[in-house]
Amino acid sequence: MEAKIETSQAKRRRIPVPAQVVIVWIGVYLFLKFVIKPPLPSSLILMYMTMTSVGLGIYVSIYEDTLQGFMGPIVDFLRGDPLRARPWRAARWAVLVLVPFMAGISTYQKLTPSAAPPIDQRVIHPAPPREFAQLYSPIPHTPENIMAGKGLFIAYCSPCHGIKLDGKGPQYKGFDPPPANFVDVGTIAQLQESYLFWRISTGGVGLPVEGQPWKSAMPRWETRIAPENIWKIIMFEYEGSGHVPRTWE
Amino acid sequence: MKAMSRRIRVWSLISFGAVATMLLMSLVMPLLSTPVMADDATKAVTETAPKVEMAKDIYYKKEGPVSGPPVPELKATDYPSYNLPYPLSENRIIIWSIAQQHLYFGSFVLAVPIFCMIIELVGLLVKDPVMAKKYDDLAHLMVKISLTAYSVTAILGGLLIFSFITLYPDFFKYLSSLFKPVMHIYALLFLAESGTLYLYYYGWDRMAHGFAKWIHASMGVLLNVFGTVLMMLANSWASFMMSPAGVDEKGRYLGNLWAVMHNALWNPLNVHRIIGNMVFGGGIVAAYAAYKFLAAKNQEEKAYYDWMGYIAMFLAVGSLIPLPFAGYWLMREVYGFRQQMGITLMGGLLAWLFIIQAVLIGALFFSTNYYLFNGMERMRGAERYQKYIKYILFLTTAAFLVWLTPHTLVMRPAELKAIGGQQHPVIGNFGVMSAKNGAVNTMIMTTIISFLLYQRSNKIVTVKWEAWGNGALMAMFAVALVNNWWLAIYGYFIPANVRVGLSVPQVVGTLTTLFIGSAINIAMMKGSKLTGPIEWGKISVRSQYALFALAVSFTWLMALMGYIRSSVRLFWHVMEVFRDNSPWAFTHTIGFAANVMSINVMAFWLFVLFVFWLGELTSQHALAEARKEVARPAMAGGSE
Repeated sequence: MEAKIETSQAKRRRIPVPAQVVIVWIGVYLFLKFVIKPPLPSSLILMYMTMTSVGLGIYVSIYEDTLQGFMGPIVDFLRGDPLRARPWRAARWAVLVLVPFMAGISTYQKLTPSAAPPIDQRVIHPAPPREFAQLYSPIPHTPENIMAGKGLFIAYCSPCHGIKLDGKGPQYKGFDPPPANFVDVGTIAQLQESYLFWRISTGGVGLPVEGQPWKSAMPRWETRIAPENIWKIIMFEYEGSGHVPRTWE
Repeated sequence: MKAMSRRIRVWSLISFGAVATMLLMSLVMPLLSTPVMADDATKAVTETAPKVEMAKDIYYKKEGPVSGPPVPELKATDYPSYNLPYPLSENRIIIWSIAQQHLYFGSFVLAVPIFCMIIELVGLLVKDPVMAKKYDDLAHLMVKISLTAYSVTAILGGLLIFSFITLYPDFFKYLSSLFKPVMHIYALLFLAESGTLYLYYYGWDRMAHGFAKWIHASMGVLLNVFGTVLMMLANSWASFMMSPAGVDEKGRYLGNLWAVMHNALWNPLNVHRIIGNMVFGGGIVAAYAAYKFLAAKNQEEKAYYDWMGYIAMFLAVGSLIPLPFAGYWLMREVYGFRQQMGITLMGGLLAWLFIIQAVLIGALFFSTNYYLFNGMERMRGAERYQKYIKYILFLTTAAFLVWLTPHTLVMRPAELKAIGGQQHPVIGNFGVMSAKNGAVNTMIMTTIISFLLYQRSNKIVTVKWEAWGNGALMAMFAVALVNNWWLAIYGYFIPANVRVGLSVPQVVGTLTTLFIGSAINIAMMKGSKLTGPIEWGKISVRSQYALFALAVSFTWLMALMGYIRSSVRLFWHVMEVFRDNSPWAFTHTIGFAANVMSINVMAFWLFVLFVFWLGELTSQHALAEARKEVARPAMAGGSE
């Protein structure tokens, strides 16, 4: 009696394996697509969904019973059930038509010329030239120098990089790619101060030959700002963003 | 009799120890520093020939006598090509592919003897004679397979040299002017290795017992000494191209060959490649076992190859654990030698290739776990642990998603605008080192948990301290995981140079779960009640594809990381010394490079299948011979 109750409860509770897979897959997709803000780029969603599919594939195929539980309904559907021939037949016909149709649509979309610009894959941290790699700031780390750096930053850098150093200065909307956000952990927090000195001094035109063409509107500030003032700006950028320059141990 | 056997044992151990010392010497010697030797050379030359021009070593910063010509300044026309259709019109594609195949087979013939040496020694140390024979047969079988691969390696090596001489004549002339004595030693060592290999293989049956068996095992060690030194010599050429030493800034040789060889990246590359070879060897043997399992015609064969696949997988994954640390050391030395190279690799031009690396490493963890989960099915009693598997899989997958999240996202302009920058404010946090360290340690720990469960699958613990043991294991994993995640989060709030140091406690936590966790688990298994034997041969067919996936992922990783290591030189033959002025001195797109790598991987596996097939032919021939031997007396009897 007890065993019977258990079996019936298990039957009632147990969601079929294909349904489990579809629910998890759609759930993950919806989460990535609509819950995370700002929206994730399609390339990342594709990577995540591919790996989710691999994980689910492993889940269903570890054990013979889950594999049968997953494949069984699919095979039954494709083979057809003579007792319920009519609805299955219609659905099978629908699949037979839909699968090649979707493949056709996908091929058409891939081959049709588009006016949209291609996916952008920029090199974010190019390697600095050797002469800039081992530089250290000669300017003492004092409140006066930081304040001087702040003034220079406001004058020269804030129109693009923003007074809050978040890359949202009054002119930031005019740039593609947008100006760097120094508050982000992925920008100056990852870099040595010599790297910033190189980028500020030589600007977009000083970027290395590999990885061209570059998309940088950064001016070549060494023609207008003295080196000691560039170091002061760097000092303020770290101070203002709450980061410290990276060092090599 | 007893005394004699003891004497044999002592002598065996002494001879074995002597050979093992030789192996260690070859590893320790290069670590010794060179300044004394360099000073002596300089002193001797300055005393005897004061008029010799002196120049400064670009790496060791010491003066030395100029003993060679400067690097030539080449023009595009100095690179003769075959005018083949694109992409073979680029000489480098030809060199790349041949070098890759040579490297694969070179690794194969270096890796399999390492594997054989370990297995033969295990066979010698195991007390159960049936198991000892089983291990010994396995080692013998693998040497047989490596024999064919050995000649393929030599042929590919010859092809590589011819290609260098014909396609990059000036560059090869320069390299051989520096390394000519090393090249001759290399050739002689190759001869010594061949001789040892043939003795090792053909002497297997004659040296199967007593003292002779220990001599035979020592020969296995000697074979690996030759192989390792060979590889180290070849590594000095590749590492010199990345981090030149022993020459001045014009590339002129300064008379100290040791300084040229002992450049900044030589030893990190040596260690990385030795460990990598062991992983690769395990992977190839596992793939062979899987192939034979799938082709097996009876249950006995299936059982044998199932067991072989498990042993190979175990060795491969065991060697895989220290590999990231060796890789970390290599990368640290790259940064130390030239910061720009490090940035080009990890944050610049080649950074995206590291995402592909992340995917392949994730594939290794997935394959290993999948194989272990499947392996549990062939043990009665494993059902108890089924309920945990979905959680392990969930954790591994979640960690994998973090592990592969790129720092810089690939986006359409509209997506870039919506996000407002190249880094996503939420997901972007997964792109930095802190998150990656947390993720990879999580994946390693979930794999360790899978392995501990696998060990327990067909056993019921009977020790009195079972509850304490289980509690200790659970507490250890909980603490290690929480410590790992906490440090990963903490890493966001501290400077990068301090954050690098956090990886040490994270790794210590992971290794503690591995070593202490395994020790507790093994202790708990003592005197345990078996719920049934491991039913070798009853593993699912799917699991064998996981072994293939493991081996193919290794080869793909080798192709990828080899390309990354080589292409970081950008437009230099020898970094900052010898400029590559060929028409194709640019970095290929990632897609193109990935295609060349994949074609190389496929070509290698086709070659390997051919080698496996050849191995099969010889075993069939041996079987037929054995049958003839059995039939002969009967026929003789008939004629009488």
